[in-house]
Amino acid sequence: MATQHSRSAARLMMAPAVVLLLGWMLVPLIMTLYFSFRKYLPLRGGDLGWVGFDNYVRFITSSAFWPAVQATLMIVGGVLLITVVLGVVLALLLDQPMWGQGIVRILVIAPFFVMPTVSALVWKNMFMDPVNGLFAHLWKAFGAEPVAWLSEASLPSIIMIVSWQWLPFATLILLTAIQSLDSEQLEAAEMDGAPALKRFWFIILPHLSRAITVVVLIQTIFLLSIFAEIFVTTQGSFGTRTLTYLIFQRVLESQNIGLGSAGGVYAIILANIVALFLMRIVGKNLDA
Amino acid sequence: MGRIVLDKVTKSFGDVQVIPPLDLTIEDGEFTVFVGPSGCGKSTLLRLIAGLEDVSTGQIRIDRQDATMVPPAKRGLAMVFQSYALYPHMSVRKNIAFPLRMAKLDQAEIDRRVTGAAEVLNLTDYLDRRPGQLSGGQRQRVAIGRAIVREPAAFLFDEPLSNLDAALRVGMRLEISELHERLKTTMIYVTHDQVEAMTMADKIVVLRAGNIEQVGSPLELYREPRNLFVAGFIGSPRMNFIEGPEAAKLGAKTIGIRPEHITVSDSEGPWSGVVSVSEHLGSDTYFHVHDTGLAETITVRADGEVGFRHGDRIHLTPRMDVMQRFDAEGLRIA
Ligand SMILES: Nc1ncnc2c1ncn2[C@@H]1O[C@H](COP(=O)(O)OP(=O)(O)OP(=O)(O)O)[C@@H](O)[C@H]1O
Ligand SMILES: [Mg+2]
Repeated sequence: MATQHSRSAARLMMAPAVVLLLGWMLVPLIMTLYFSFRKYLPLRGGDLGWVGFDNYVRFITSSAFWPAVQATLMIVGGVLLITVVLGVVLALLLDQPMWGQGIVRILVIAPFFVMPTVSALVWKNMFMDPVNGLFAHLWKAFGAEPVAWLSEASLPSIIMIVSWQWLPFATLILLTAIQSLDSEQLEAAEMDGAPALKRFWFIILPHLSRAITVVVLIQTIFLLSIFAEIFVTTQGSFGTRTLTYLIFQRVLESQNIGLGSAGGVYAIILANIVALFLMRIVGKNLDA
Repeated sequence: MGRIVLDKVTKSFGDVQVIPPLDLTIEDGEFTVFVGPSGCGKSTLLRLIAGLEDVSTGQIRIDRQDATMVPPAKRGLAMVFQSYALYPHMSVRKNIAFPLRMAKLDQAEIDRRVTGAAEVLNLTDYLDRRPGQLSGGQRQRVAIGRAIVREPAAFLFDEPLSNLDAALRVGMRLEISELHERLKTTMIYVTHDQVEAMTMADKIVVLRAGNIEQVGSPLELYREPRNLFVAGFIGSPRMNFIEGPEAAKLGAKTIGIRPEHITVSDSEGPWSGVVSVSEHLGSDTYFHVHDTGLAETITVRADGEVGFRHGDRIHLTPRMDVMQRFDAEGLRIA
């Protein structure tokens, strides 16, 4: 039968991609699992054999672990909150007809094209530097004491930098969602006596719920693993050591691959817990 | 109460004047239909009355009060949109209750009115469904329900039946007419379908390019169309227009005769021609007659039993008492 043939042909055609993807995912995963049960110190004796759950116990009992989990969740949560709220506001504004709409839209999207390392460096040196940064000048202009952003308000600073990068993504998705809203619905609500704020609350926001879900899920995936922004700014100090950064330090700074791998497994577990949690709250929006 | 007066109202989008100065009075309780070809400004006019569009100049009065600058919510009008514009994430109950919630009525009153509207519109079984789970006709009824619970001064309908299939359209047409009989509220209804206009209206407003061509009851427009445009627009199938010597004989530039006012026969009649197409509808038969020497085609309505076929030569007798005459400007000669 034709469909049978085409189905098996399709399987055959897809096979290379599937095998490649599987390998791509499985090889690192299995290697991580393998190393997490071994004592492996490349500069201090190399592979020193099986150690059971030693690495896991050490990683989780280290004083750095829970603060790292907390920092990770704070950054993810903070960035999600800022990007979704500001994204909705920006999308609403960009949806208004205005002069120079095309250019404004491109400008709003631009930050997304700046590499994380570059944007973090720009923020660190141009804006947040306590002596020469623009913020310092601004503070001085108002007669205030400049803030040493990255050491005194390190976590908020990082959240700010990362939000700046992800805001365009959120705005873009939410803008397309707003544009797909049937304008007659808004007019009907207007005639039904709903003022602007209630139209937003009862009509626009429910319409956006699905797009917000998508933004939250996609951003979470990427935000759980941010690294460059921390690496070039605080190097994980001042309470900005996320789980990813902690693993990096264990593997490269302490040269302990086994311990780092155990951390990697914890990171996978954390990511899944967060994903499960998110799916619970927002995932039902995707069904409807 | 719902007496709506438009006083020299105009509307321009940028440089384009869509509605030239227009005066119109809609009496309280009247079922008024705006009818006209696509793009003639029917929706624009309705939206001006609703307040969704600002008038460029002129005044709109609702119950003697100047409503020109009043926001839509405060005009006391309810609108049913062509796309229904139901709120997709709310249940039918919530959709219907929405205007009442916005008006901050207490819950008991809201429930009472929603239940009442649902009974009137046969929606009781669907109150907990979402609009997405309803058929087109049911959605239409929800949209109407949302309008009636507010007890507005007037209803505005913008082509509410155009998304429905033919059978359902006839049914809903009746339901809306019945609703009007029961509520006796002013209704303004936009359509481009002249059958809807004829069957539902107390008063028809025929529009062309933003201009009112004629205002009158369905029968007035049918019997005494003011000009060629109205004569051609009202009535189905279209009125036959004949120019040339045949018209000159009656002292007119153009004469018009409706298909139902011509009798056919195989032997006698002043006009004759060849049947090109005959459409058998069962109750009626429409003949499209060529080669009459009068006009390209003459359409004739005959009894369903009359059985001429393609190629038959037939004779036509117009009823002279209902023959319309039009002068060179296209105006009807009384
Ligand atoms: N927002 C607008 N900007 C510019 N022109 C418009 C706008 N809305 C309507 N028009 C123009 O006004 C004219 C009347 O439009 P309107 O929608 O009132 O037509 P209509 O009679 O409702 O037609 P239809 O039967 O197709 O719905 C059209 O020529 C249309 O192009
Ligand atoms: Mg229209």
